[in-house]
Amino acid sequence: MAKERIRFDLLVAGLMGLLTICFFISFGVGSYPVSIITVWDVLRSRVMDVAVTWEPAVEKVVFQVRIPRILLGILVGGGLAVSGASYQTLFKNPMVSPDILGVSAGAGFGAALAMLQSGSWAEIQLSALFFGLLAVVIANLIGSICGKAEITSLVLAGIIVSSLFHALLSVVKTYADTDSQLPSITFWLMGSLGKGDMGDVGMLLPVTAVCLTVLFLFRNQIDVLATGEEEATALGVNVRRVGLIVILTSTLLTAVAVSICGIIGWVGLVVPHIARIFTGVKYSRLMIVSFLIGGFFMLLMDNIIRGVSSVELPLGVLTALVGTPVFALLLIQSRRRSAS
Amino acid sequence: MIEIKQLEFRYKRRRPVLRDVTFHLERGECVCLLGPNGAGKTTLLKCLLNYFRPESGSITLDGKDICRMSVRECAAHLAYVSQSTQLTFPYSVEEVVLMGRVAHMRLGASVSERDRKIAAEVMEYLGIREMSEENFQTLSGGERQMVMFARALAQQAKYLILDEPTASLDYSNQIKILNMICKLAAEGYGILMTTHSPDHAFLASSKVVLLREGTVLEFGSPELVVTSENLSRLYHVPVCVTEAVLKNTGGGTSQKVCVPILRKGDESNETGSPKKKSDPAYSHPSCSGHGPRHAGRL
Repeated sequence: MAKERIRFDLLVAGLMGLLTICFFISFGVGSYPVSIITVWDVLRSRVMDVAVTWEPAVEKVVFQVRIPRILLGILVGGGLAVSGASYQTLFKNPMVSPDILGVSAGAGFGAALAMLQSGSWAEIQLSALFFGLLAVVIANLIGSICGKAEITSLVLAGIIVSSLFHALLSVVKTYADTDSQLPSITFWLMGSLGKGDMGDVGMLLPVTAVCLTVLFLFRNQIDVLATGEEEATALGVNVRRVGLIVILTSTLLTAVAVSICGIIGWVGLVVPHIARIFTGVKYSRLMIVSFLIGGFFMLLMDNIIRGVSSVELPLGVLTALVGTPVFALLLIQSRRRSAS
Repeated sequence: MIEIKQLEFRYKRRRPVLRDVTFHLERGECVCLLGPNGAGKTTLLKCLLNYFRPESGSITLDGKDICRMSVRECAAHLAYVSQSTQLTFPYSVEEVVLMGRVAHMRLGASVSERDRKIAAEVMEYLGIREMSEENFQTLSGGERQMVMFARALAQQAKYLILDEPTASLDYSNQIKILNMICKLAAEGYGILMTTHSPDHAFLASSKVVLLREGTVLEFGSPELVVTSENLSRLYHVPVCVTEAVLKNTGGGTSQKVCVPILRKGDESNETGSPKKKSDPAYSHPSCSGHGPRHAGRL
């Protein structure tokens, strides 16, 4: 038992180390070249006296472009991964992703609608957040009308709501101006960390912190949900309440992330599976490891986008390009293992 | 003591599933719930577990209405073992057993040393300690059922609710579970179990409830309640309750057994056929009473 505990602690320490290294390396990646030593000096200069040897533009790049982008990457990736892990445990289904209840579809419609009205960046975000949450509320209403077998009907309700908002999105696209609005809608739907600023970090950070804390407090109850509603009730877990808490926090994590970065798929589905290989299925560990791997994965993807190609590839496209083969590999491996 | 009084339950706008159900369960005894499919056995268990809210009537636990108890409070007194538990994710046996401790954990608290100790003790008690690290999904049906019992015992509830604990188990595992039920009842647990095998009533229970179409036909000791007549009435098939002499055990002890009478070649031998209900031969199978003279030889 103690051995297992030490192994987990080492794993978390290792992942944190990896994330930290990736964090600093990320400052040096991008179209404007900045050496890592300079980055270190620039960062230090805020809290201590360092001789200024760099151009003023460097400081601007580090503080106004790269810091928000890197922090957003970690928070969005980690948040989506935890959200996916929570939903998978709640719905007892490893194929579930954070947009199962229609958050992404709702947010996509909201953003497109705001773009159609030529809204500002803040308005687009707000509209995306609002419709993302609205979609989940509708799904929950349909689910609760269905009655007792709530969890299964909720998944179906999510599919219904997603389809509805996809259809509405198509309507908006039809009306959009093909020269300016349609391309921006299309790019938004493919996801990017590029438009985020420190204000977005200021919104995402507290939301993520609160949601993760709540999920952590309920970690043992969430594990019990994996046994099914009846047994969980008999084990002393208020299924309705804990289920609602998981849905609320996971939806909020996803909705805020999507409203800032657009739609980024696959992270919430694949990362929990990778995390399970390292740490097993127990939720308390799964959520921590999922967050760290999710943050690391997203940062890595964004670095590839900024560093490798001259044309900035949309983030959602790259996560899908990398996510699908990884998922196929995991699937084949798990089938082989269960066959032997 | 758990007292169920005039319990009535219906699913939304349908005919009642349970009507005027009254019986009680004391600690140290095992009550066996017999009844055909659809009689309302599982619904009754779900009412007991506070999962369903009855329409009228009451379920009290040591005088306290369980509908007024929180799910958590209820779990501290009642533990549940279902027919078969499926887990989507590969939890280890120990993790599953520790889930039984959640009702006793404060919000946000970690699994304590005491919880681990209790889990280890119940696993030791049931002889599954050595598989604590194993993946629950890969266990056999009998092993899984043992783990479910371990989880229920880890809950440290005084009453156990068992929904067909022997269903889909092989013969030796069924007997293993029945032995354990007897042992637990002797240790002071109050046990309510459903089963489709009326023999289990003689083997493991001290009282029997016969449930048909949501109402209690009979409630009492197995000797009085589980008779040829009552079983035939309950299942609408001819059943003979007779006594078997256990020769191999020495002193010629006997054990009551239930034997269904098959009518070979009779095509109308379907269950629940309305025609059959009025057939006198149907409710009184040609079963020549009890006593060692007619007993089957084992």
